[in-house]
Amino acid sequence: MRAPLRRRSLAWLGVIPFFLYAVGFLLYPSASLVAGAFQDEEGNLTLSLVRDLLTRGARQAFWTSIKISLVTAVLGGLFGLLMAHAAVSRGMPRWVRTVLTTFSGVAANFAGVPLAFAFVSTLGITGIVTQFLKDSVEIDLYGSGFSLYTFFGLSLVYLYFQIPLMILVITPALDGLRHEWQEAAANLGASPAQYWRHVALPVLLPSLLGAAVLLFGNSFGAYATAAALTSGQLPLVTVLIGQVKTGNVISDPHFGDALALGMVVILTVTMGLYALLQRRAARWQR
Amino acid sequence: MRRGSWRSALWLVLGAGYFLVPLLATAQFSLKVTRESYGLDAYRRILADPLFRESLLFSFRLAVYTIVLALALLVPTAYWVHLKLPRLRPAIEFLSVLPFVVPPIVLVVGLLRGFRWTPNWFYGGYLILVAGYVVLAFPYAYRALDAGLRALDIHTLTEAAQSLGANWTTVLLRVIIPNLRTALLSAAFLTLAIVMGEFTMGVLMQFTTFAVYINYVGETQATGAAALSLISFGITWLAMLGILLVGRRIGGRQVQIGGTH
Repeated sequence: MRAPLRRRSLAWLGVIPFFLYAVGFLLYPSASLVAGAFQDEEGNLTLSLVRDLLTRGARQAFWTSIKISLVTAVLGGLFGLLMAHAAVSRGMPRWVRTVLTTFSGVAANFAGVPLAFAFVSTLGITGIVTQFLKDSVEIDLYGSGFSLYTFFGLSLVYLYFQIPLMILVITPALDGLRHEWQEAAANLGASPAQYWRHVALPVLLPSLLGAAVLLFGNSFGAYATAAALTSGQLPLVTVLIGQVKTGNVISDPHFGDALALGMVVILTVTMGLYALLQRRAARWQR
Repeated sequence: MRRGSWRSALWLVLGAGYFLVPLLATAQFSLKVTRESYGLDAYRRILADPLFRESLLFSFRLAVYTIVLALALLVPTAYWVHLKLPRLRPAIEFLSVLPFVVPPIVLVVGLLRGFRWTPNWFYGGYLILVAGYVVLAFPYAYRALDAGLRALDIHTLTEAAQSLGANWTTVLLRVIIPNLRTALLSAAFLTLAIVMGEFTMGVLMQFTTFAVYINYVGETQATGAAALSLISFGITWLAMLGILLVGRRIGGRQVQIGGTH
């Protein structure tokens, strides 16, 4: 009775370094955000910073961030699904799929500052495509209202890492769709549309929703791309935090903590949703 | 069937256009000298800039420290959890996905707030940045190692080694780690790609990492920023190619997922 007990208590020791590290450099900093958000510069307890979250500027920043995350999660999810589905469909040669997933691995990691400048070189005011359209086809993008430095432009850039992420997470789920199901449905007289409506989509739905939540969080936390592209003209929460913390906006630095805490709350709710959907997805796949 | 595959091809071609045009345009833009003429001026200017080499080497050094620290923490933990504490796996996995909930911008604000009381050699130096990068690397590195360990029969390997008289250090260093080298290299290359492109934490802690340097160049010279973006893409590409090659050469499951933005 004694020996197994002691061995078990020793086994626990093995994971202590990792837990200490996670507590020290992940949980503790997150917790000190809470402390920071409820204090003013003199260290007095205050609710004013949390109240500041409800001011117009902060509310607008959260709303813009949520909006761009929703838009790029839905569009990125849709295009990612279409491309992944095209690559795993039966007529496609195997190399198409290898190339697509490999490139997605690169593109999902190629983000932030270089991505922003790649799009400036392409669709900025003097960008190659902008110039080409103007000189050769006589389409003046910027004259007709397009700008890379707007909500629409930034969404276009975000899709460059959202679509590949979707391809990476949804390809395994698409592999789970068996060809026999499609054949069985066809034998029973179902059209391709009916097969999708009544068989494929219900099976895929939990994975699709889970992937969309992941994409939402992915774009909600993004800072570098927006900071480099719009130099803070587009008010996202992350950009606002950056401005407060680098002193580009005159404000109590503790306000940055309150904004960051607000982000954690929203992302925690999102992640909770994700966990819930994953559990349902697992149930379907059994 | 025919119509379906034609439509599939159309989607793939459209997608390829969206993904390739910006890369090609960046390449062309980086070669621009004036409106009409092309040359290697932008690249020459960058190579002559001492800050280019400095920031690139600085980011590379940060990446090496991050890889060493992350692997030193995660390899024994992942092995131990697989071997002895399978019931703890959900807890560790939960901690490993937490960085999704705490994105880099939140983490850096928290680190700057939480460690203000620490001595200057930590708070003022790059160690605190490495500490944060290790957290960023957790989910990617852990997934790679977890997949590697799942593919091994670690119980048999451990028992065989122990019955031949090996102690824990020997088991880990001479049996488990050599068998895990695909996973280890995947984790290392992923971490390299993440750290080499990381901007958010670097800029908020006021360090000139490679991405911070690219942003700095972009404020004054557009062609230089295009050239640097292309170089940065090349680095990410090489890191991913590395994962693919070790995966193919030694065999085993490939692991990849998105990075930080």
